[in-house]
Amino acid sequence: MSRITIDPITRLEGHGRIDIFLDDQGNVENACFQIPELRGFEQFCVGRMAEEMPVITNRICGVCPEAHHLAATKALDGVFGAEPPPTAVKLRELLYMAFFVTDHTTHFYALGGPDFIVGPDAPPSERNILGVARKVGLEVAGEVIACRKRNHEIITFLGGKSIHPVAGVPGGWSRAISADERVQIEETARKNIEFARFSLSIFEKIVLKNPVFMEMVTSDTYLHRTYSMGTVDARNQSNFYDGMIRVVDPEGNEFVKYHPSAYCDHIAERVEAWTYLKYPYLKNVGWKGLTDGMESGVYTATPLSRLNVSEGMATPLANAEYQKMYEAFGCRKITESRYQPIHHRLATHWARLIELLYASERMLELACDPEITSPETRTIPDPARFVGEGVGSVEAPRGTLTHHYVTDGRGVLTRVNMIVGTTNNYAPISMSVKRAAEKLITSAAPDEAILNRIEMAFRLYDPCFSCATHFLPGKMPLTISIRDSRGELQREMRRKL
Amino acid sequence: MPDKPKLALYWAASCGGCEIAVVNLHEKILDVDAAVDLMFCPCLLDTKKKDIEALPDGAIAVTLFNGALRTEENIEMAHLLRRKSQLMVAFGSCAKGGCIPALANFTTRDALFDTVYLDNPSTENPAGVIPGGTTTFPEGDIHLPAFLDRVQHLAQQVTVDYYVPGCPPESHQIWNVIETILSGELPPAGSTIGCGALTVCDDCDRTKEEKRISAFRRNYEFYPERETCLLEQGLLCLGIATRSGCGAPCTKANMPCSGCYGAPDGVSDQGAKMVAALGSVMDIGDTAGLSEEAIAARVDAFLSAIPDYAGLFYKYTLASSTLGGRVGRQG
Repeated sequence: MSRITIDPITRLEGHGRIDIFLDDQGNVENACFQIPELRGFEQFCVGRMAEEMPVITNRICGVCPEAHHLAATKALDGVFGAEPPPTAVKLRELLYMAFFVTDHTTHFYALGGPDFIVGPDAPPSERNILGVARKVGLEVAGEVIACRKRNHEIITFLGGKSIHPVAGVPGGWSRAISADERVQIEETARKNIEFARFSLSIFEKIVLKNPVFMEMVTSDTYLHRTYSMGTVDARNQSNFYDGMIRVVDPEGNEFVKYHPSAYCDHIAERVEAWTYLKYPYLKNVGWKGLTDGMESGVYTATPLSRLNVSEGMATPLANAEYQKMYEAFGCRKITESRYQPIHHRLATHWARLIELLYASERMLELACDPEITSPETRTIPDPARFVGEGVGSVEAPRGTLTHHYVTDGRGVLTRVNMIVGTTNNYAPISMSVKRAAEKLITSAAPDEAILNRIEMAFRLYDPCFSCATHFLPGKMPLTISIRDSRGELQREMRRKL
Repeated sequence: MPDKPKLALYWAASCGGCEIAVVNLHEKILDVDAAVDLMFCPCLLDTKKKDIEALPDGAIAVTLFNGALRTEENIEMAHLLRRKSQLMVAFGSCAKGGCIPALANFTTRDALFDTVYLDNPSTENPAGVIPGGTTTFPEGDIHLPAFLDRVQHLAQQVTVDYYVPGCPPESHQIWNVIETILSGELPPAGSTIGCGALTVCDDCDRTKEEKRISAFRRNYEFYPERETCLLEQGLLCLGIATRSGCGAPCTKANMPCSGCYGAPDGVSDQGAKMVAALGSVMDIGDTAGLSEEAIAARVDAFLSAIPDYAGLFYKYTLASSTLGGRVGRQG
């Protein structure tokens, strides 16, 4: 019996660690992906004034504070019974599109993409943003920095602060935008569209036209047939800011579509003694352990799952790319505009770029909306309409995000619950790591290749514990130790940087 | 190539926003890269704890330590990095004063675990499992690091050379901090750097007049006027009790300062400073001829508009406040 420990000191609410247990034949028996940290927002927010939540819950995640800010603000619309004016809704979504562009860009160029662009077997010192620059042109690093910068400028003036925005209030948004600001946003959105198309062209040239990469993408090492989740608009098309939660089964049939406020009827969370993070699953399918298929309640909430539930994309350029991806995987159409789901997890990278293009196009639509510069950005809540409970939900880059608040009559929180983006994918990430280990750990491949391919299994989810590697050249600092049943070290694989 | 000074950026209980604030130096990050050996321990180097232990003491020129101390592991890393670093910087409001994670000091560890794992609307936990300690599997044991009773700030465990305030520190101030450190012209140990010495009111360009407030108002109750002081309009803007240097972005967005830069120079307790400030601006009307009880009732009525002063005034500093978070909650 052996044990493998993968211990990157990285985060999801802190740090993460993986233990894989092998039987005597060296086959993977069990995989424990442990999250050894907890902060407990659900408890310490109780007693706070509800309107403080957009500012407090930002601090759950400094990588995606915009997602928490908006989920919290939407929950407050419900608590205070205040319908925001159309301009406020559009400003919120506009901020969110600028954020999606920066977030997806960072993941593709700094974290996930280097595996493909530079190559999975390139030396680690090359598999980073600088390696990407060397491969596709030195100006690319400058483009990535410029893209983050121009969108952060918009996030700053629109949200009030470059990190941890402040502008969300119950029933609206604290500031309007000027005509000059609108022009800047429109120009930025146009540049974003060009940048997204450029990014897709790199992906096509380097990944799709490379048989070695395509074999890896379509191999069963990174394949799980789970349920898929995403937020859809009235036409059942993907929307990041608002809509209904749609879940399709592994075959692509709609399993359920529900309003986010009904999440407790559809999602349950399982507690394990050895990790601080809970495992969400589809309540009406049930928990069958870390396994996929129609009978297992494990679901995925990622860029790929969002496309799997969507009837095409709501913007034209992104829709064309959407069709191209599903056709490339040989998926047949099961509705007029939707295909069989893709379960090859590495396709998540492709889906993320399609979302990058969608967010850019949507940003341009919003920037050109005649209502966007209206000064009517707030509805002052009417005390007679006070509800005292609200659920706010958005699609975070890493999955469906839900905030649920209950207050007393003075708007003081008495109960808080949240299901956070990456958490949705806790089971699938664990499964992907296990599968990659099963396929690779007993192989004769060199240590470095095994390490990287196991890394790729969780990096494709862009899990928030990897947010640290979002920004600098680098790889997760992995060490895998294989020990026998007496705890004696048999083999240690380390990544050297 | 001559050895460049090593710079470490470590996180404890935090959100990652301090790291993103560094990335938001944008093109200047390349200048930082040129000047120092960016030793962002957890993501860049093979930073197993034992690798840091193997460094000579003082081998790291500067550690920017962000995050509060929530687990035993956070404390161990604080001590280890202190020993290995010439300069230890409490970087951001979590390391400086506990910040949002320290709001947990209003409650207890047991209550926190109950809420997360037992009394929770989406959790199915019929066996009443609470994570923690050592779990035995047929194949071996798995251990979870211990969760502290109280959140601590960095200086409760190690000597801190400099403090950089902000949640997170604004990027332009991070650049100032890096330039200061690289210049070698360091301020006295214990200084708060990357900020101003005055209050956010000094950064805020709203018109300020004599403050007489006839009622406190919550932020959703009205649309504040854009030119005049938010506190004068009745919002509990903490600018008057908060250190300057951020540039007052929140009040520019028509929202009150929530106090993330902590107390200004010469003030040890931000919440107490805010209470004192409010005491001097509350206008309870003409009290001539009123009994003491009637005056007290009027003050109570005034104050009752805001149900959570502690959460508002100590949002970023509870761990380092004179209260220390040892507040019993009642009712």
